[in-house]
Amino acid sequence: MTTYSYFPGCSANSTGISYTKSADFVCKKIGIELEEIPEWCCCGTSAAKLTSYDLGYALPSRSLALAEKLDASRPIVAPCAGCYAALKDALVYAQASKENLEHVRDMINMPYEASVQVMNLLEVFSTQEAKDALQQQITKPLSAFKVACYYGCALVRPVEVCKFDDPEDPQSMDTIMRLAGAEPIDWSFKTECCGAAQQMAVPKPSRVLIERIFQNAEANGANAIVTACPLCWMNLDMRVKAINKERAEAGKPAFDLPVFFFTELLGVALGGDAKTLGIDVHFQPGAPAFIDQKVKESAQIEEERKLAAAEEARKLEERAAKLAAKKQAKAEDVHSPQGGEQ
Amino acid sequence: MKIVDLTVIPADDRTAVAAIAAEAQVNFKDCYQCGKCSAGCPMVQGMDLMPREVIRYLQLGKVQEVLNSKTPWVCAQCGVCTARCPQNVDICATMRAVRHAAKDAGITPVREADVFEDEFIKNVRAHGRSNEQYLAMKYNLRSGHLMQDVDSAPAMFARGMIGIATHNIDSRDEVSALIDRVLQNNGAAKEAPKGGDAS
Ligand code: SF4
Ligand code: SF4
Repeated sequence: MTTYSYFPGCSANSTGISYTKSADFVCKKIGIELEEIPEWCCCGTSAAKLTSYDLGYALPSRSLALAEKLDASRPIVAPCAGCYAALKDALVYAQASKENLEHVRDMINMPYEASVQVMNLLEVFSTQEAKDALQQQITKPLSAFKVACYYGCALVRPVEVCKFDDPEDPQSMDTIMRLAGAEPIDWSFKTECCGAAQQMAVPKPSRVLIERIFQNAEANGANAIVTACPLCWMNLDMRVKAINKERAEAGKPAFDLPVFFFTELLGVALGGDAKTLGIDVHFQPGAPAFIDQKVKESAQIEEERKLAAAEEARKLEERAAKLAAKKQAKAEDVHSPQGGEQ
Repeated sequence: MKIVDLTVIPADDRTAVAAIAAEAQVNFKDCYQCGKCSAGCPMVQGMDLMPREVIRYLQLGKVQEVLNSKTPWVCAQCGVCTARCPQNVDICATMRAVRHAAKDAGITPVREADVFEDEFIKNVRAHGRSNEQYLAMKYNLRSGHLMQDVDSAPAMFARGMIGIATHNIDSRDEVSALIDRVLQNNGAAKEAPKGGDAS
């Protein structure tokens, strides 16, 4: 059992509720404990940094200091990519020099050593311990799921802050999905921006960002998009309806791709039902039906694979038996007195 | 094509560029105008200057063009430009620094972006956490986009994603004090002259 200090983030009980529920389910299943940091506050996200650099460091640092107080030996896990980036950015800043650390201490007015590690949820599920536990617990491999793993910005950029996966072609989510039996597709929009808060502030030029992500996922054969960020998820899952409406007016076909958190799909592979995992509260109403359908298809695929494997084994056995029989015949031939002419 | 007069660059403009460079920790001379930042930028369709052009104007000391540009306010802070720049120019941080400088000069070319940021911090200042439903409401009221995303609100309510209750933390006074302290100090620091020559 590994325990992490848990930074839920402001969307954990609102728009990111499905992420919270499914992460909770999966963590419990594989023996990961999340202990909430008492009195954590908003990470400030890019809004704080855009207001003032100092505020962008001070807000997350307060929660980092509280996590140290809770237990300095444990890493913090922040499931939201935006929170993760803000917390890690503040940590890297404070660790860069003594002056920086002093400056942060002055701003937050708390004891602070900048000593706790900050991890995102993909990182947690990429540890050997978590992977082994997942492997053991998977009861429903996701064989019919062809997923476009969408990482967005904050998990991989700024590169010198995140340093956890490749900034252009990250693999951690792909590996986790493969472990759950799904097939991650190759596509070009893994780390493209979803528009983040600009979807509200400057919606006009931002909408096309979402459209392109759907387009590329679909063109490369995905049947679902998978995310690790509540803001990415909301921007995609909530806004595709309006995009589809505009596409219909322009005579273009609608996008038909459900959007999931990677923890929801892991939860399905571990036997969780749609309600427990929060799949029933998606904006695109077809998500639970999609899961049912694909779980059925996956079971069929697994069944076929089993039959094929059994058939393969049978053939191998047959061949081996034939070979053995031939050998036997040859040996008998050599040793029999009639066949012994020189 | 626009004609830029490079014969006179006022000293004030030079100082302003140096301040932007110092805040973003960028030496604008590093940029060799390859255009990779603009090529990868997802938001160019909403920009009046390409990211490369922003850097070019700053190289030339033409700060007014940049302060009046929509570009830094349309920028989504995605960081693609910085990650791909072969010269390690932090374009993303430059966009932030230009926004700060413009706001200090009383220029907000994309009002909505400014309002959003402002309401966000107010929300955190009041509750210690961000309450998405109230943020959206206040933002819509102040920006004048009254109906934006409201068709999604009933779905959010019905699914328990948002509620009437606000999320507060017990120590929200500490958070508001922290925000006030930091912003006041920042205000004081801005009075002090800034050094550095980067233009
Ligand atoms: S990518 Fe870098 S070097 Fe190339 S134009 Fe942009 S800032 Fe200049
Ligand atoms: S950070 Fe801003 S300027 Fe740079 S690529 Fe992203 S949206 Fe464009």
